[in-house]
Amino acid sequence: MNIIVCIKQVPDSTQVKVDPKTGTLIRAGVPSILNPYDHFALEKALEIKQKTGAKVTVLSMGPNQAVAVLRLALALGADEGVLLSDRAFAGSDTWATAYALATAIRKIGSYDLILCGQMAIDGDTAQTGPGIANQLGIPQITFCSNVDANGNQVVVKKLIDGGKQILEADMPVLVTMTMPVDYAPKYPSFLAAHKAQEKTIYTWTAADIGADPGKLGLNGSPTRVDRIFPPPARQKGEMVSGSPAELAAKLVEILKKESFVK
Amino acid sequence: MIQIAANCVGCGKCVATCPFGALSIVNRKAVASASCTMCGACVSVCPMKALSLPATGAVKKDLSAYKGVWVFIEIADDGRTQQVRPVGFELLSKGRELADQLGEELCAVVIGDNVQNYYAELSQYGTDKIYAVNAIAYRNYNTLSYANAMITLIRKYNPSVVLFPSTYIGRDLSPRISSELFVGLTADCTGLSIKEGNLIQTRPAFGGNIMADIKCPDYRPQMATVRPNVFKKVVTTAGRMATVVEERITIPVQAGKVRIVQTEMDPVSENQKLDEAPVVVSGGRGMKDKEGFELLETLAKTLGGAVGASRAAVDMGFKPKETQVGQSGVTVASKLYIACGISGAVQHVVGMEHSDVIIGINKDANAPIFNVCKYGIVGDAKQVISKALEQLKK
Repeated sequence: MNIIVCIKQVPDSTQVKVDPKTGTLIRAGVPSILNPYDHFALEKALEIKQKTGAKVTVLSMGPNQAVAVLRLALALGADEGVLLSDRAFAGSDTWATAYALATAIRKIGSYDLILCGQMAIDGDTAQTGPGIANQLGIPQITFCSNVDANGNQVVVKKLIDGGKQILEADMPVLVTMTMPVDYAPKYPSFLAAHKAQEKTIYTWTAADIGADPGKLGLNGSPTRVDRIFPPPARQKGEMVSGSPAELAAKLVEILKKESFVK
Repeated sequence: MIQIAANCVGCGKCVATCPFGALSIVNRKAVASASCTMCGACVSVCPMKALSLPATGAVKKDLSAYKGVWVFIEIADDGRTQQVRPVGFELLSKGRELADQLGEELCAVVIGDNVQNYYAELSQYGTDKIYAVNAIAYRNYNTLSYANAMITLIRKYNPSVVLFPSTYIGRDLSPRISSELFVGLTADCTGLSIKEGNLIQTRPAFGGNIMADIKCPDYRPQMATVRPNVFKKVVTTAGRMATVVEERITIPVQAGKVRIVQTEMDPVSENQKLDEAPVVVSGGRGMKDKEGFELLETLAKTLGGAVGASRAAVDMGFKPKETQVGQSGVTVASKLYIACGISGAVQHVVGMEHSDVIIGINKDANAPIFNVCKYGIVGDAKQVISKALEQLKK
């Protein structure tokens, strides 16, 4: 069985600060990490590898430094890495990203299961996984908390509004993963990281994957930013200050005035 | 990289706008670094019109052929009964405004089994037309069968706008469709409007404390998802019946490759409680620890409400992800919202600003949360709530 895991390098959101003047992120010095949803998807792929001996290929699109997340994935146990890196990909929205990744997956060739994180924490769109599945013409199951593969079928547990569902699907299929509430990503030992240096990472350009230039980067991105602006200012309400006891009394008074307590 | 023309005067407006810190002024000219993602946020702020994205080779479609504002209506299934998920009514109400501005029809699209039961209810929100795909084979949601039905309808009738709820189903279905049709899709919009015939899709973006207006000027239909509780439902055509167009669409063979084995509904999910609760008490970093959140549980119980959390509190492990209020969590529109020890980043604010009465408790008098509060209490949230609970007990 061949598994492909799509992964993305993102800024560590827990360490990002916002510039109070411009409202934009202060990115300088913020470490990059493997998107946690992708990290979990990778761990699930490696569990399946343990059981079935599947080959796990990791695929990422990004600048050259994104090779770091591929190295991490190889150290954790993935077999091979592919980095899509080319200026032609710059300016890609989710449409163009899914197109580029799907075209690379076609070049990788054989796949039975494609795993993705449900979304990247720096975009929160959850669109790239379904986009890849559509481009490849295979089914998708999104927002899964568990995935298991046996024979030529996968069984997943997925979140639905107000509950959970167990589904089975014939491979090839693309599955996007959510992550557990208190998920703590696993990191490789120094030895594993060292050994993984021998594994291969291919770097492919747009020409290498035979992509249609009309569907890459800005050409393949229907969305445009019209403008960015600070959140609208509003009139401040009634402000009170004082000792904790005074403020507590004030809170109770407000709750009474607004009829939330008698 | 963004293109900077020779008429740049080095005023620096673009530098302050760039969400990626990729622009700087060198020798009185703007210069873009390799961090430029070509997001285009700087283009509209340049007073000299010196900034532009590289021209694309996209073939311009005749957009005038695309007319109509469509809303995908999701059917909620609790395991026993089915009914329209209320976010559908919210989207129809907003869709009516958009359709009026465009001078186009508002259409509800409903796929399922026995959907004729919903026609009267769907007609009340200003709906002109209902497209229905009504067959027992559509009773349960299936990505490929629903996507095929939507794609078939869109190709046949060419709407200009299609709105989806940002639910598990809407977020699964809409990107599949936008990928197939090669059109734009904006996730989790907090505002929708029309400008020069284009749908302007507003959402917090680039991770910071900034909002972005997104448009898709060269592609139709324009597609967007919106979370429940962002727009208010408004009955505008009580008693009127929309024109119903029923379509027969065969389910593609491939849809059978994914099969439901078992569905298990949560007795009452915390998530559901949150977005339906009349009172929401939310905590952030300022609640300090789990003990702080226990105080919030007690306060919520006293007020008959539910407890939510900010992203920071979720990241710190005080509350599960399902209770996160905000852009990447739940959107609430409660009668009372108490934000405790929450600074009020825009990601949080867009998830609660539609609540009727908002009380903020934060020790920083300049915290942005106070900009949306009817009452602002400047003090240590944990201490204030602890003392208020003592008084409420009396």
